Amino acid sequence: MEKRSGLGIFLTKRLIKLVTLLVAICIVTFVLLELSPIDPVTAYVGASTKVGAEQRALIAEHWGLNKPPIERFMAWFTSIIRGDWGTSMIYRRPVLEVIGQKFLSSLALMAVAWTLSGVLGFVLGIIAGVYEGKAVDKVIRAYCHILISTPSFWLGILFIMLFAVELGWFPVAISVPIGVLAEDVSLADRLSHLILPSLTLSLIGISNICLHTRQKVVDILSSDFVLFAKARGESKRSIIHNHVIKNASLPAITLQFLSFSELFGGAVFVEQVFSYPGLGQATVQSGLRGDLPLLMGIVIISLIFVYVGNMTADLLYMVIDPRIKEGQMA
Amino acid sequence: MMEQVERIQVPQGPLFKFGVREKAIIAIGLFATVFIVILIAGSLIPEDSLDVDLYNIFASPSLAHPFGTDWVGTDMLLRTITGLYLSMKIGIFCAVTSAIIAVLLGIAGPIFGGKIDYVISWLVDLVLSVPHTLVIILVSIACGGGLTGIVIGVTVTHWTSLTRVIRAEVMQVKEMEYTKISRKFGKSKLFIAREHVFPHVIPQLVVGTVLIFPHAILHEASITFLGFGLPPHEPAIGVILSESMKYLTSGKWWLAFFPGASLVLVSMMVENIGRNIEKIINQKTAYM
Amino acid sequence: MDKQPILQVNNLGISFSQYTKGLHRVDLKVITNLDVELYEGEILAVVGSSGSGKSLLAHAILGILPDNAVTEGEIYYNGKLLTPEDMERLRGDEIALIPQSVNYLDPLQQVGKQIKITIKDHEHQDEVVSDIFQRYGLKKEVENYYPFQLSGGMARKVLLAMALVSDSKVIIADEPTPGLDEASINEVLKDFRDIADTGRAVMMITHDIQAALKIADKIAIFYAGTTLETANAADFEGDGSRLRHPYTKALNRALPSNEFVPVAGTQPLPNELPHGCLYSDRCPKKTKKCEVERPRLKEIRDGKVRCLYAT
Repeated sequence: MEKRSGLGIFLTKRLIKLVTLLVAICIVTFVLLELSPIDPVTAYVGASTKVGAEQRALIAEHWGLNKPPIERFMAWFTSIIRGDWGTSMIYRRPVLEVIGQKFLSSLALMAVAWTLSGVLGFVLGIIAGVYEGKAVDKVIRAYCHILISTPSFWLGILFIMLFAVELGWFPVAISVPIGVLAEDVSLADRLSHLILPSLTLSLIGISNICLHTRQKVVDILSSDFVLFAKARGESKRSIIHNHVIKNASLPAITLQFLSFSELFGGAVFVEQVFSYPGLGQATVQSGLRGDLPLLMGIVIISLIFVYVGNMTADLLYMVIDPRIKEGQMA
Repeated sequence: MMEQVERIQVPQGPLFKFGVREKAIIAIGLFATVFIVILIAGSLIPEDSLDVDLYNIFASPSLAHPFGTDWVGTDMLLRTITGLYLSMKIGIFCAVTSAIIAVLLGIAGPIFGGKIDYVISWLVDLVLSVPHTLVIILVSIACGGGLTGIVIGVTVTHWTSLTRVIRAEVMQVKEMEYTKISRKFGKSKLFIAREHVFPHVIPQLVVGTVLIFPHAILHEASITFLGFGLPPHEPAIGVILSESMKYLTSGKWWLAFFPGASLVLVSMMVENIGRNIEKIINQKTAYM
Repeated sequence: MDKQPILQVNNLGISFSQYTKGLHRVDLKVITNLDVELYEGEILAVVGSSGSGKSLLAHAILGILPDNAVTEGEIYYNGKLLTPEDMERLRGDEIALIPQSVNYLDPLQQVGKQIKITIKDHEHQDEVVSDIFQRYGLKKEVENYYPFQLSGGMARKVLLAMALVSDSKVIIADEPTPGLDEASINEVLKDFRDIADTGRAVMMITHDIQAALKIADKIAIFYAGTTLETANAADFEGDGSRLRHPYTKALNRALPSNEFVPVAGTQPLPNELPHGCLYSDRCPKKTKKCEVERPRLKEIRDGKVRCLYAT
């Protein structure tokens, strides 16, 4: 019983916080875009001069652009709450629809990268930690430190030059071959366009999880309980298998859920480099071309995405860690 | 019966080991020198050396042009150094301003406590709630792009983690005897912050500032690459790399490789300096 | 000396390399010229003040010192000089450690499972654990508890059960009594006496000389990383005139049941050990010779002592 109510309180608190953050980010985003020199009308009609001043005034009138900012914010904010996120200016479709479609596409990329980097990072971290100070540890650490300092977009460029241009193993860009309808794209095609971007994204993501896991393993191996396990005659193998992996996996999983923010950020660059038609590319396009409704929508969605990750991390701790789980029951 | 033999069972290590601290100091010295050399070199390169040389376009790396030349024949090594110089200036500026914000808010929170502390923590959460890339893009758009936008954007996103570190540190100092006594003697909060708390967080502050720098230069280059940062006529690394995208399929690998690799190296060097300073400060390495 | 010791530590030294200030490094000698002997069916209490590195003695015997430790001296088990490989084979099997607290258990693993891991006979793991739990009055369900769920009494029994699950001949208990109330201490001590009475050898490392005197057969006085004296428990009876070392005598006088006068001064730190006898800076009987010469261990009245003038 108590456990349930504990969880309930936790979720309620988190939900309230999410709402305050959402409101705050709406205000901040609105103010920032209000400050920007981008003229929404120009953004909508493009650079063409065919549209006269009168028409522009009409468009502005239609969107209520000539009203005071606070009034416009309230109007925008209430329609957001009602589920009407406006129309994307570059895609000429409802923002939610655009985001929904692009997000799904990005999700495939991010999911592959997230899983791959999590698994590889964890395994490498365990190896490095177990062989602390040995050559293999040095190599893994060097790799991580190089990757930490490597911008994802540059790694993407290198991969394109090497694997797509030099070796010709993968298509250079564009998720769907030109001239082929989206529905006709084969799974193989989709996959071949997914491999390089997700590989780039996962290689970047490995460093963090790997270095943290390594440190955790080093700490565990110097802990009192491993000392005692050794004293009881457990072999190194048994210690790693029975104690290290379990104790290191919980923080690793948590960390991986806390990395949604970097994952999204990385996706923006990788999608841009590989012309991958996901939310990241939509972010760049909406920003460059002044598609403010879409940009605002993406900001809100990204906040929810990151927040869900953080909350899952906390929840996992409550559910998996026996010290918290059983502790609540007692 | 008891024989007193001094027998060594486990071989003893060499008398003088080249320990962690010695290595750390050498690394710091070496990398700091390289860092300064790049800065000086960057500031010495005259504008006109980046001139057009149409007889020499797209030259692949050679002795005369170690990094090759670009579409108008400009030497890529010179462009890269100029780009690094600009990136590093921006990085230093952003790191220092972020650190100032971090130290002010990180100390103010726990010292004043209550609502102020809550608001500061909430602000940290707010900045961390949206991907940094997105925040920088938004700020950059708000400022109409350019240098101001990128500097404010990078600064706004980089003060948070150091603030948390300093805040945690200050929480500890606050509970120490000498601060408590000082408080009992009626010293003002500002006095306590300046005399007792600030000196205590200096090590963390130094490490934190150095470690912000690599993130800052990488973010600057990345955002510029996307087209939100420095304008195309600036000699920035992000601009160079964005330009190289045009020649991606034509095998002009040096256009992207060397400028990017140089950026990675500078970032790694500074990251290394930061970690080594941390090692020296950290008491744990005393036993290694 | 007709009986052969099951475990014999000769002239053990353990040192660590450490940075003191800036780039200045010193070798910290934490244990110097330490000797102990352990006999089957006997309890030897190694008594020394808290934080003086006594635990390292246990770790050295088990071969689980940290990598940066440099050791010298010899350890014999059943008359055979132990190599690091021997130690690895013996630990948990022939030599068992009882740690201070449940903090030495894997926090994320149920205690039953932790015991089973070390049982080599895989087929009978469950029975072995059930048996030993029953013997110590632990309920079956305790096997499924995580370390943090164990109460103080349960934890003690679980740790004991872990040590006895193998057929170990030597039990080393590291500080088994701190933080316990009088009644619990007596229970722990009774457990050890029982273990010793089954023919095992018990080494109890403790700071509590009073507790040690209640059950130990022999007491080794641990001081500044060495054993100044190994005395029979009976030597402490009366005015302690049978004791051999000035420090032991002073300790005896400091007992509440005697004069209750604390020993003046403190133990030297590992980095400022006296050049000669390790007790020379506090010894009332000190001579010039004590300052330059480290006394060797000598046998007096069926005990051993490191003092040039011991009688």
